[in-house]
Amino acid sequence: MTMAERKKDAVKEMLKIADEIYEDLKNSRIPELQVPSRTKANIAFDEHHRVWKYGTNKSTRSAVSLAGAYMLLRTIYTIDFIKKMIEQNKSSTLREMYYISEGWGEGKFSTQSDSDRLAEDLEILTKKLREDMSLRPEEDGARVMGDLVVEEITRKGEKRKIHCQDDVGDSGYSIPYNVEKEKLKFKETNAKIIMAVETGGMFDRLVENGFDEKRNTILVHLKGQPARSTRRFIKRLNEEKNLPVIVFTDGDPWSYRIFASVAYGAIKTAHISEYLATPSAEFLGVTPSDIHNYDLPTDDLTNEDISALKSELSDPRFHDEFWENEIKLQLKMGKKSEQQALAKYGLDYVTDKYLPEKLSEMGYEM
Amino acid sequence: MHSIAEGLAKKQRKISVAEFFERNKQILGFDTSTRALITSVKEAVDNALDACEETGILPDILVEIRSTDDDEYLIIVEDNGPGIIRKQIPHVFARLLYGSRFHSLKQSRGQQGIGISAAVLYSQLTTGKPTVVTSKIGDGFPAHKCTLVIDTKKNRPEILHDEMTHWEKPSGTRIELPMGGTYVRNRRQSVYGYLRSTAIVNPHARITFVEPNGNVTIFERVTDKLPPQPKEIKPHPYGMELGTFIKMAKETNARKLTSFLSSEFSSVSIQKAKSIVETAGLDPSSNPNKLSLENAKKIINAFKKVRLMSPPTDCLSPIGEILIKRGLRKEMDALSPEFISTDKRNPSVHSGIPFLVETGIVYGGNLPSEERVEILRFANRVPLLYQEGDCVITRGIKNMDWRRYGLQQRGGKGIPFGPAIILVHVSSVNIPFTSEYKKAIANVEEIEKEIKLSLQQCARKMKSHLSKKDKKVKTKNKFTLISKILPEIAEKSSQVLGKPVPPIDDVITKIMNIVWIDDEVKYQEGRIISTISITNYKNKAQSFELYAALPDEGLLGGVNPEADEVKREYIMWKINGIKPAEKIELSFQLLGMEKGDFDENTLYVRGIDPVNVIGAEKWEGS
Repeated sequence: MTMAERKKDAVKEMLKIADEIYEDLKNSRIPELQVPSRTKANIAFDEHHRVWKYGTNKSTRSAVSLAGAYMLLRTIYTIDFIKKMIEQNKSSTLREMYYISEGWGEGKFSTQSDSDRLAEDLEILTKKLREDMSLRPEEDGARVMGDLVVEEITRKGEKRKIHCQDDVGDSGYSIPYNVEKEKLKFKETNAKIIMAVETGGMFDRLVENGFDEKRNTILVHLKGQPARSTRRFIKRLNEEKNLPVIVFTDGDPWSYRIFASVAYGAIKTAHISEYLATPSAEFLGVTPSDIHNYDLPTDDLTNEDISALKSELSDPRFHDEFWENEIKLQLKMGKKSEQQALAKYGLDYVTDKYLPEKLSEMGYEM
Repeated sequence: MHSIAEGLAKKQRKISVAEFFERNKQILGFDTSTRALITSVKEAVDNALDACEETGILPDILVEIRSTDDDEYLIIVEDNGPGIIRKQIPHVFARLLYGSRFHSLKQSRGQQGIGISAAVLYSQLTTGKPTVVTSKIGDGFPAHKCTLVIDTKKNRPEILHDEMTHWEKPSGTRIELPMGGTYVRNRRQSVYGYLRSTAIVNPHARITFVEPNGNVTIFERVTDKLPPQPKEIKPHPYGMELGTFIKMAKETNARKLTSFLSSEFSSVSIQKAKSIVETAGLDPSSNPNKLSLENAKKIINAFKKVRLMSPPTDCLSPIGEILIKRGLRKEMDALSPEFISTDKRNPSVHSGIPFLVETGIVYGGNLPSEERVEILRFANRVPLLYQEGDCVITRGIKNMDWRRYGLQQRGGKGIPFGPAIILVHVSSVNIPFTSEYKKAIANVEEIEKEIKLSLQQCARKMKSHLSKKDKKVKTKNKFTLISKILPEIAEKSSQVLGKPVPPIDDVITKIMNIVWIDDEVKYQEGRIISTISITNYKNKAQSFELYAALPDEGLLGGVNPEADEVKREYIMWKINGIKPAEKIELSFQLLGMEKGDFDENTLYVRGIDPVNVIGAEKWEGS
């Protein structure tokens, strides 16, 4: 399907939702919409795609309550807005949509997270991506450095090949928000692995130490909780070039969630996990065991850290021996550590010692 | 407690008064320089209020504090009371333990006669200056102005100067006390705080307060009615203390033991007196003046074995719910409280002593919502400012679970947190204080129980107000939903789809699905008008009974439409078949009340599932 066809399809699906609400009113029923409940209690493993997706629990947005009625009204306004936007061949960011809703009277959003959430609800209900509804995220994807040639269609419609080491500066190639095939193609690569790095500081350290060249690695900066385009980029690269994905983060509960969203699928976007998650991605560290084995400088776990770790113990995505042992170990230690704590042993330690050792443990001889 | 006072009196003969005072500064309330000022004002104001009430005069009291030197003040308290005859002035003001109420069982502020002379003594000890008392006993009499000191060796007043002067006032007393002390404001334990509290529980008094900086505050009265004069009663045998009993026996004019008991105690008939003496194993005709300590003990023990009627309770003079409410409303006006509830218990008895508890709760407005509630404690219309932790009032509050009434309280014990002020007033002919200087009420189980029962009643009213408010918000939300949001959903969805706008009436009925009862209370031309409206948002006609609770005070005026039943406590209307979407209005009027005396209806329904009703609760019977 071309983009135009996908957009037309999205409008059709959205009008079905508006029609459901309309028919409810017409037939003297209290209008309602059912959306899968988006909590960790309602995610299930999809054997086919090997990722975590929403389960069967539904939550009902009903006009019987004021909050539910507002939600329905906003849904209709949003549908109307997207329909007109597609008819006029325009697109908008999620933030722009939030500001445009100022003019929707009672239908306006009170916060941007409300409008972002509704866009996700619409994706779930229509089974279309928000890009198909001409909505794009605020944040762009992150940076890439490595032996990889990509071919981008520029805004002028020309094809342009970019080598992600030779054609870019030290900050690397910047992932665009649309990383679908009509926009971006992967060409030649000699890399052996993809390494996704949580912090910018560590990404820059690896670049400065020439890790991408010396170890034939494509470095991808995750920028904290990774954007959809970053995750999609990693997944496509993993599948199309058959490259293993290694995730390197800080050693705290929030970082484990970053890994989970790369490998298993995030709870917020579980409806499109098969499209975003890379099931074969592996976690390198920093693990709680590393903190101990490498005697890293630490901080005490805060109360928020502790409850996040405990909540991970009841998160089905972390139900395996590795994670359960590591999380319990960390709770016992009461400590956490950052990737950059490795600098304790010098600036080259991470590239000369830590990463080669860990990769070798994981079975990668580089 | 009397026996402690007697002990003090005896002790005081052996040592000089000044020394006695020095040793007992704390129990007398003069232990800090701040407290000394408050205590002195309090003693003078208590006396002034008592004197006015005893003679049926509406109190009009001036309190003025002037700064005369570093850490030295002149306290002036002036009343419009009956005045004191010249001969008595030195005795009233300059002799410790001189007072007329030492043995009387009557609800009054002062009970010992220690107070004002202690202030005079303190004044003398801290400044070396005399006290000036001016008093006039009526029109056509001259005013006397006495300058006096206490001879601390003899505990005798000494007049330094005495003159007759002209005074505009028909009658009254003015005392001028120079005093070393510290003046503070902006806290509860201050002269201002004391006077404000006094004004709340003495709604018939006007108090004018002039501060050292010239600031004038008038605590205006909210009623022109004096509280009924409490009757003096004889002591009841239950709870009689040995020392007091022996003193009474020595002083009685009765010749026989039985007639002593029947004439000087309440609830003791000749028959009962006989059976008491019999139980004690004594001779009924023996002379009570010669009663031995041992025999007195026997009678005290016999008191406990003979069943007697409870003492009469008409000796108590409570403030009353409406006046407490008015007092609180006036003094808390700056806080614009959201709700004030009050309660008054029936008289009760502990150890043969009648007492009565009244309470009030001020809620919301500008009161801080995260802090401990403020507690206002009162005994016989006198604010208790100190030793909060030792007082049965505090104990009663701590031992109640306030969480169920919408306040925060850790573990359901302790002083609650929230935007509230809790008032408790205990009146009794003999308040069991923890110490000589009346700062806290002792821990008496019966009193604690009554305090809790009364506060529970008050708190229930507060809770019902809060849940009513909550329901109103929810109802308002529903109205926004059906009147604004739903029509817009219908319009916008039809516009997007290019279809005609669907009718939504049926959906509205389904969403509301209740009988909605709203009420409004207005004050207009001396009457309170309460209007109740009922709208049926169910899809079938509804029939039920609606009850509106009536307040204790106030007179029922016009009821429209005519009620099906009117009782002292409530009005009841039968609602017969109110149709879907139909609205009915009911109203009643209350006369003889002021604005704010009744500001919220309590409504009940019967004959309909209360789940289907917003704005009224289930009728549980009267």
